Amino acid sequence: MTRDRRGPDERLSGWGRTQPTWATVRTPSPGQEPAAVLASGPRGVLARGSGRSYGDAAQNSGGEVLKQASQVSQVIVDAPAGTVTASGGATLHEILQASLPFGLCLPVVPGTRHVTVGGAVAADVHGKNHRSCGSLGPHLRQIVLLDGTGRTRVLQPGPERWATVGGMGLTGVVLSATIALPRVGTSLLEVQDGRTRDLAGTLAALERGSADSPYAVAWIDVLARSAGFGRGIVTTARHLAADELPPGTAPLAHRAGTRLAAPPVPVPLVTPRTVRAFTAARWALPTDAKPRVARLGDFLHPLDGLGGWNRLYGPAGFVQHQHVLPLGAERVLEQVCRLLAPLSPFLGVLKRFGEADPAPLSFPRPGWSLAVDLPAGTPGLAAALDRVDERVAEAGGAVYLAKDARLRRDLVQVMYPRLVEWRAVRDRLDPDHRFRSDLDRRLNLSGAFDA
Amino acid sequence: MRDGLGRYGRVLLLGGTSEIGRAVLDALPLAPDADVMLAGRDVAVTRPGARSLAYDARDPSGHDDLVAAATAGGDLDLVIAATGVLDDQGAPSARARAVLETNLTGLVSVLAPLAEGMRAQRHGTLVVLSSVAAVRPRRANYLYGASKAGLDAWTRGLADELHGSGVRVLLVRPGFVHGRMTAGLTPAPFSTTPEVVGARVARALRTGRDLTYAPAPLRLLTPVLSLLPRPLWRRLPG
Repeated sequence: MTRDRRGPDERLSGWGRTQPTWATVRTPSPGQEPAAVLASGPRGVLARGSGRSYGDAAQNSGGEVLKQASQVSQVIVDAPAGTVTASGGATLHEILQASLPFGLCLPVVPGTRHVTVGGAVAADVHGKNHRSCGSLGPHLRQIVLLDGTGRTRVLQPGPERWATVGGMGLTGVVLSATIALPRVGTSLLEVQDGRTRDLAGTLAALERGSADSPYAVAWIDVLARSAGFGRGIVTTARHLAADELPPGTAPLAHRAGTRLAAPPVPVPLVTPRTVRAFTAARWALPTDAKPRVARLGDFLHPLDGLGGWNRLYGPAGFVQHQHVLPLGAERVLEQVCRLLAPLSPFLGVLKRFGEADPAPLSFPRPGWSLAVDLPAGTPGLAAALDRVDERVAEAGGAVYLAKDARLRRDLVQVMYPRLVEWRAVRDRLDPDHRFRSDLDRRLNLSGAFDA
Repeated sequence: MRDGLGRYGRVLLLGGTSEIGRAVLDALPLAPDADVMLAGRDVAVTRPGARSLAYDARDPSGHDDLVAAATAGGDLDLVIAATGVLDDQGAPSARARAVLETNLTGLVSVLAPLAEGMRAQRHGTLVVLSSVAAVRPRRANYLYGASKAGLDAWTRGLADELHGSGVRVLLVRPGFVHGRMTAGLTPAPFSTTPEVVGARVARALRTGRDLTYAPAPLRLLTPVLSLLPRPLWRRLPG
């Protein structure tokens, strides 16, 4: 999100608002020569979408940042083929608006619909349906990429495409992507909540739920004492068919939801005390025993109901830590939860991931994914998260790069053992290392920043 | 790059053997895999996980190499300028050259290109160890005071020039600091330790200040002392 502006220079940060840096922001005009789009100085260039990655993935300190002007978003739905072709700067929200009237939904949607197509490709996003549908990569029919040599490439399945999927924007600028869309009868979901008594119960319910329902997610309470540790609410959902709706209901209505905007606050509202109160309240509120009907947006993007909610963490910002642990590492998951518990994490979200896709830097792999939000000023945060990373790496898991703000460099290669393979393809697409980001500088993903 | 928790990733300490410099390093948040470079004449001096770079403030022929080595392979997140001597042996001219070259010209000679590099990368933190002697030189150490006054003025000008660039410049004015440099000297009032200087620097960087004193009372006392009439100032001890 943009905080300050000085001519073409902007101070950019990720969604967690932790380490803003200055870059020269350019908005290429639609007819511009691709090579001119890339004209960049010694600090390189990077495409930025909505700035929804949590850390520094969409920042390029001292360099250039390309933003697509919102009015040039293109979304073309091919209803008979069941695909959408959208420009890199179009948001998933714009796609859903265009596709749902045709009974076409996105195969994979992350927790917010405000991410761009380019950002979704670069992070190989996943949703609450990972076990049944995988991440975005396999649903892509085509990617049009502006590579580091100024060439526009149409990426068919192959190493270049898989290096771009999950490649954190370091292989080029995603000019457009074509996504295969699943057909849905309605834009409504049948949602079922179930409570669990402890972590083992949560994992068992999530295992069952993710096998039986397309969508499954658990909210877990790591603040509960002893016996109830890791208890949670496991939510499953499926799309409703048109004949399941009461007569007179518009089956494919898509309402974006009235958005409240969170005000900037001088002091953080999310603190250990408020998190404890929120967690207690959430647990105390009754859950329906019977399934309820929810709009697509309300279920898939609960966070979009409150605009700018990241501001509630105050000026210091927050970090989100999301990692995945392989199946069989449930003991490690419990240890990790116990390491996180003293930090009073907000929104512990647990998912069961299915099969990985072929992208070398893709995050999801079969196992348990836990995401927590933590205010950046939390005492003991740095040491605790470093230990969590070590446990995760030892167990064969990984931390999600699109969320990361503070991983240790040497653990990246452990968590992403195919990094070297990715670098080789990346170097072919961008031999002069024109694409750079603060994330790359910090973690040396590209291998260009060896000390 | 600094990480999301504000930890520094690539750090250069000019004056690798400086007790104050090392105390500042110890007080600041470093990434667990931080690349810490200690620059000084004695390259054998190191600390766990750190590497040494050759730097002799009085030998400008090596300065370009030092800057190149410190900036090779990635952005510098933090530079701590702690090189300094209080006095030297020998004839007045040799003493003057030693103090001014070590504390001022030889230091600015590498700080200037390092600051320019930070301006280009549009992030970074520069911590410069000045002294209260820069504000009002005492007759016991006015050569030192003169060198620090020059460094102090240069740093303040630099801070103004870099304002809005994304680079942070922190000027540190400690009082009398117990350590090797001051061993055997009578401590001035409000004497302090390297650890206190480190804590003051960490606090100033957290709270966004561009000037800090150590210990804290000197922040109020130093401007007052600098207003004392000279006949009175001369009567103060040392």
